[in-house]
Amino acid sequence: MALVDRSEAWREELRASMKNKERTNIERVHMNELDATIRSRNSEEVNLGLTVEQALLEAKRCLDCANPTCMNGCPVSINIPKFVKNIERGEFLEAAKTLKETSALPAVCGRVCPQELQCESQCIHIKMGKPAVAIGYLERFAADFERESGQISVPEIPHKNGIKVAAVGSGPAGLAFAGDMAQRGYDVTVFEALHQIGGVLKYGIPEFRLPNKIVDVEIECLRQMGVKFLTNCIVGKTITFDELSEEGFKGMFVGSGAGLPNFMNIKGENLIGVMSANEYLTRVNLMDAANPESDTPVYKGKSVAIIGGGNTAMDAVRTARRLGADRAMIVYRRSEEEMPARIEEIKHAKEEGIEFLTLHNPIEYHGNERGRVTHMLLQKMQLGEPDASGRRSPIAIEGATELIEVDMVIVSVGVSPNPLVPQSIQGLEVSRKGTVIVNENSMQTNIPAIFAGGDIVRGGATVILAMGDGRKAAAAMDEYLKESEN
Amino acid sequence: MNKIISKEHFSANVVKLEVEAPMIAKSRRAGHFVLVKVGEKGERIPLTITSSDLEKGTITLVIQKMGVSSTKICNLNEGDYITDLVGPLGKATHIEKFGTVVCAGGGVGLAPLLPIVEALKKAGNRVITVLAARTKDLIILEDQLRKHSDEIVVMTDDGSYGNKGLVTNGVENIINREKVDLCVTIGPAVMMKFVSLLTKKYEVPTLCSLNTIMVDGTGMCGACRVTVGGKTKFVCVDGPEFDAHQVDFDEMLMRLNAYKDEETESMTNLKK
Repeated sequence: MALVDRSEAWREELRASMKNKERTNIERVHMNELDATIRSRNSEEVNLGLTVEQALLEAKRCLDCANPTCMNGCPVSINIPKFVKNIERGEFLEAAKTLKETSALPAVCGRVCPQELQCESQCIHIKMGKPAVAIGYLERFAADFERESGQISVPEIPHKNGIKVAAVGSGPAGLAFAGDMAQRGYDVTVFEALHQIGGVLKYGIPEFRLPNKIVDVEIECLRQMGVKFLTNCIVGKTITFDELSEEGFKGMFVGSGAGLPNFMNIKGENLIGVMSANEYLTRVNLMDAANPESDTPVYKGKSVAIIGGGNTAMDAVRTARRLGADRAMIVYRRSEEEMPARIEEIKHAKEEGIEFLTLHNPIEYHGNERGRVTHMLLQKMQLGEPDASGRRSPIAIEGATELIEVDMVIVSVGVSPNPLVPQSIQGLEVSRKGTVIVNENSMQTNIPAIFAGGDIVRGGATVILAMGDGRKAAAAMDEYLKESEN
Repeated sequence: MNKIISKEHFSANVVKLEVEAPMIAKSRRAGHFVLVKVGEKGERIPLTITSSDLEKGTITLVIQKMGVSSTKICNLNEGDYITDLVGPLGKATHIEKFGTVVCAGGGVGLAPLLPIVEALKKAGNRVITVLAARTKDLIILEDQLRKHSDEIVVMTDDGSYGNKGLVTNGVENIINREKVDLCVTIGPAVMMKFVSLLTKKYEVPTLCSLNTIMVDGTGMCGACRVTVGGKTKFVCVDGPEFDAHQVDFDEMLMRLNAYKDEETESMTNLKK
């Protein structure tokens, strides 16, 4: 259970200033959005954030509970009531500082966390049958306010111990680990295989959902805390784990992320124009391929199908729409109810004119004489009995197929862990699926100095879960290193 | 940022660059490649490492002007910097004593062949290297390849140097002459396809090194996928070397043309 101190005079005063009944009667704020017809033709951010007035009012809805259950829903244990109440009293910079006490990437989390499944799902309002306090919107508001004010606070580092530790991968797991270790006084170096820092925040999540400049500001903050970054360096390939040890690194956190995209192994999947969501998004996001100045090419399909129903599929289909697709379709074998994508993403996609072909599954692709995809053959499905996961499993309706013209197909049916790092550390225990095996409480692997977290452990999860892993690993590694010193 | 220490022109369109990359020079093995990007808006393209110098901390890359990105790299000069360079990537060549090995390289494919020839020779193999190109000027690295081979055979399409004929003629002559335990072939995809068809006929195990389109090069995007033995493989992490007899070269040739229209358009723009 979360223990929070809410005894400061200003907090007590705020609580007394308004009756709970009045607070709960305030209606939940709506996120301001860019108009769907405009935004589906550009890459500008869809959610515009809250105005000061909206944030002040929304913050009033929070009851500053004695037992803030919302915090139990947060993988990085943000002191939610403290930052929300700081917003209520107009101390926005203080609110941002509170976020940074436990989160290295508040402006990112405020945008991409599934709050409806985490903090907000535990909000007291839900128990009263009302919509939760918009914690995610408020988080984003505080982080954005700080950034735009130019008065960006850098967490204080009390004492530098000079002990060298490494993070492998600069995605959310590695950055969260780096932030926490730097705050504990460690000398942190983050090794990144690609040419840009940020991992999935850069190559995966599109600009319209998470602008790169926002990621860069959070990275800059880590830099100011003393974290070093080395791009174009693959631990296990460019430099080995043993070499890092020789150079004095005492601990290593592997957050190398998801790798190999899964394909369905159906006929025509290697035709030109059929590609993984990772490839498509990497071309557009990391390589800026839609920009005429970029040397990296990307297809701008007119009739584009995305196979899958997750957040990555939504990112890909909305990107295809923005790059000029007249017809941009989600093809998903179950019904909308089972879709793993966030409700907000599905809503935004629909507003932007995305077609949803649910209960359809591709069974083969057809191409022309040049090997370019021209059609997809879809099998119509119906829902059967619930399977082991509790979801109703899709069953093919015999003889019911549909042929649809497409010039591009993006396959987004999950990824397998990146094999590079696990393969190159001798003796590291991995599962049959290739994920790194860790102690769930400490994120420690079978090699004591090596910890791991994020998609390399989970197979495929969210930004915030990866960050939670990074934090957990930092706490455990700190303890491990202190113990081994004695 | 990696500094270019020296530059040499092998022919009008083929350039050798010696690049500062001490960590890669130390960790690379025969068969490894790097990904190179020139300029902030540059493309990431794979290039096989030809050799390295541990003392100088450099690696050598041989590049042929093909499209926009390779042309931009070829246009760099001594003292310039490569914006981004990462590696070594891919699996290293499996080297052991096989017996007699025929190494057949075509055009710029002779560059990635060099470290393999060197390693095979060192492991005690009898190495016969077939160097093939359209014409005399395009035969590269002859002296270095000769140094590490027991015998070399030069083939040119026009007969301007060595024997007149295709690489397959050279390889077939050797197979007819003596027992060959392994063939290694690197060059244009269409050349490897025909070498593979030939050695399959004679049942000579054959390795090829594939150079496909890549984006990240670290097993993330799947752009490089090829069908090997009926299964989809990723060249960047499963390769770049595969059993040539299992590779679906026709599919690979088709996929290499994936961005041909876009490439032609950007080449026109570059020339402007």
